[in-house]
Amino acid sequence: MDALRLDRRAFLRVSALAGGGMLLAPCLEPFAGLAAAEVEAAALGAFIRIGANGGITIVAKNPEIGQGVKTMLPMLIADELGADWKDVTVEQAPSDPARYGVQFSGGSRATPGHWEELRRVGAAGRQMLVTAAALTWAVPESECRAGASAVVHVRSGRKLGYGRLAARAATLPAPDLKSVVLKDAREFTLIGKPTRSVDTPAIVTGRPIFGIDVRVPGMLFAVFEKCPVFGGKVASANLDQVKSEPGVRHVFVVEGGAALTGLLGGVAIVADSWWAANTARGKLVAQWNEGPAAGVSSAGIARRAAELASDPPARVLRKDGDAAAALATAAKTVRAAYAYPFLSHATLEPQNCTAKVDAGKVEIWSTTQTPQSGRQLVAQTLGVAESDITIHLVRAGGGFGRRLSNDYLVEAAWIARAAGSPVQLRWTREDDMRHDFYRPAGFHHLEAGLDAAGKLVAWRDHFVTFGEGEQFAPSAGIQPTEFPSRFVPNFELGTSVQPPLVPTGALRAPGSNALAFVFQSFLDELAHAGGADPVRFRLDLLGEPRVVQESDGRGVYHAGRMRGVLEAVAERSGWGKRTLPKGTGLGVAFHYSHLGYFAEVVEAQVEGDAVRVNNVWVVGDIGSTIINPLNAVHQAQGSVLDGLGQAMAQEITIERGRTVQGNFHEYALLRHAQAPPVDVHFLVSDNPPTGLGEPALPPVIPALCNAIFAASGRRVRELPLARAGMRWA
Amino acid sequence: MKYTLTVNGKSRTVDVPAEMPLLWVLRDTLELPGTKYGCGVAQCGACTVHLNGEPTRSCQMPVSSVGAAAITTIEGLSADGSHPLQRAWRELDVPQCGYCQAGQIMAAAALLAKTRRPTAADIDASMNGNLCRCATYLRIRDGIHRAVELAAGPPRRTTRTSTSTSGERGR
Repeated sequence: MDALRLDRRAFLRVSALAGGGMLLAPCLEPFAGLAAAEVEAAALGAFIRIGANGGITIVAKNPEIGQGVKTMLPMLIADELGADWKDVTVEQAPSDPARYGVQFSGGSRATPGHWEELRRVGAAGRQMLVTAAALTWAVPESECRAGASAVVHVRSGRKLGYGRLAARAATLPAPDLKSVVLKDAREFTLIGKPTRSVDTPAIVTGRPIFGIDVRVPGMLFAVFEKCPVFGGKVASANLDQVKSEPGVRHVFVVEGGAALTGLLGGVAIVADSWWAANTARGKLVAQWNEGPAAGVSSAGIARRAAELASDPPARVLRKDGDAAAALATAAKTVRAAYAYPFLSHATLEPQNCTAKVDAGKVEIWSTTQTPQSGRQLVAQTLGVAESDITIHLVRAGGGFGRRLSNDYLVEAAWIARAAGSPVQLRWTREDDMRHDFYRPAGFHHLEAGLDAAGKLVAWRDHFVTFGEGEQFAPSAGIQPTEFPSRFVPNFELGTSVQPPLVPTGALRAPGSNALAFVFQSFLDELAHAGGADPVRFRLDLLGEPRVVQESDGRGVYHAGRMRGVLEAVAERSGWGKRTLPKGTGLGVAFHYSHLGYFAEVVEAQVEGDAVRVNNVWVVGDIGSTIINPLNAVHQAQGSVLDGLGQAMAQEITIERGRTVQGNFHEYALLRHAQAPPVDVHFLVSDNPPTGLGEPALPPVIPALCNAIFAASGRRVRELPLARAGMRWA
Repeated sequence: MKYTLTVNGKSRTVDVPAEMPLLWVLRDTLELPGTKYGCGVAQCGACTVHLNGEPTRSCQMPVSSVGAAAITTIEGLSADGSHPLQRAWRELDVPQCGYCQAGQIMAAAALLAKTRRPTAADIDASMNGNLCRCATYLRIRDGIHRAVELAAGPPRRTTRTSTSTSGERGR
């Protein structure tokens, strides 16, 4: 073993060079299960440690929210490293951007943001191991090959496992990441192979791996009752009475600030157990200063939207050709108004966070999707330095964009400091549903014109949404390049806004999850108005395979990639080739978002108000490589079923500045018996791989609505379907 | 109040309020956090445990009502994660976020204990109370069928994963 003992100075130097940062700190991650098998680990950069016994630890840098990055990102490193996956233990990184780079889960960014970067990290490690082997044998590196966790000297057949090479490799200068040689795709051993999630064994045995499972010595439990009206504050509360309840240790008012994304006003109750805290909450009587949002209601929002729609748009975001003139001379015009509601994220694990504040140092265990933003928010709100805040990343029971916001995180830190002991803050389901950052509702007033041949020649949309002046509320905006922009010669997109008094934010495929419904449904209306087959009409609209983009290079849209998935989904679903029984219909839709091209077909059966989805076909083009096909299929299936549930029944309504719905009996997710088979197929294209957490969702909603039209003649222009009395069969 | 509970075959005494739901006794008093809180109103099934083999919503069960019933949680479903459902779940990689899966597995285990070869309709009926926000329902169905196969005989290797899969449907 002496030969393998590390020179600590060299070891740290290498860490600093390859990791771009700090010392190799002892790992304090309490949940992910340290690599017990790893002995005398040598670090090859920030992401790789190899034990003398051959155990390989690879760090997963981003928050895991169920999208599979804790497995997929280490796969990229492991393949290039030449590691045998069975030797690999994955370890969740803490939040440490200086060491790991930007750590963020959102926007389906993990794949495009790391496809090359993390393979380079793995390739650098492989190169160090090859150099170490070549030095050991005194042979040229070119005669050495790495793979299956070992280096082989090809001419002599000598072989050394990575565990035997790691200590020496760690003393070598780290290669320049930019110049390391990456594998050819044909050499991949792990990328492209169905690979199970590293946490599945812990999940199926009930191991404590989620945010709500965190335990810290001396920890108390907290509930936090905020003003039910968004942004309101506490006027008075019977704190003494609540404090006398069993098990209660602290009850106090949190003044809170004005920003809906930060610490808001409320009453914190801290007790020996969560049950005691929540039971005491039942005795709380608070008076609130409700603030300017108290008058907000869904009905009022809809009324104001109708008023705004009766005037010309406040802003014109895009104007190509002359839509008004083209509409005046069109052979046929179609007008329609579309609307969709606020939605909640409803992660099955309600928001929670564990925090400890001791001698000015803050330690947080959180399911946040944006740890660095969380650190900044805590630093600003508590008045502590960012460098005094440690954030451990804990597996989240769903994200869907909810945990991009860090409101619950700053609440936990504030309450823990005031309580003077570690605290786990847990929201109830009702807290979670009533204090969300909702997918914004929206209203579109559309008008389009067809020429005598049924070709779409004019399109005008007045989108009524939320914002102030030229600033849209979060996730309430639209890009001037949104399809069918640039595919219609006379095109006009205008917007008007009303004040953003309801907190809004990103929900899985933000923007797209609503816009696809509106535009792909209206396109369906136009196809039928012109007597065209809905697939044919869309292919004609896409036109020749070509790349459409703005003069500054932004807004890239590959018409050919979309044609490809549309043609493939038509083929796979038997579009136009099957005779369907009366009351059954096919609907098609496509959408580009998050760099992915997706087309989907829904087969729906409609009897009265009862809707049954028989099948869904999905074809996606997310580039050259499906990194983990096992998870890719699953993400697409989950997105589609999520979208079906959303379309049928989900709606958040606001009355007197409060969210009406509080739990799943009022906000229905899709259930087992309602889930149809979902056929998923990927087209491989010569493009860099892109993400899959989101882009499969948007098309399924209009595909369902178009199928309902095909089956029954009922055109859905307002979501959810339940508003029109529809329900699952 | 003191209560003596039988949890995963062991006798455990707790001193908690009579109305405290079994869910919180398991999670916070007995430190068995595999059972999850999702809604608190018996809508989601994340808190499903077995009471004398019956699937039960532990969020709705006051500890004072448990009596001598044998409680089984996900931690006690098998000693070593070898229950056919746990094996099938691993093999097919059923979870996404995983938060609901303890409840899904406990609901499915109660079904398989009564019905060795459930039909698709049996599965829909027994599992409809368990929400999965990630909508892993298709793999849950496949997982139950696979567990039936695993329970019936020695494990054999199958590959059910490909880049193009659908997931069958019942009813």
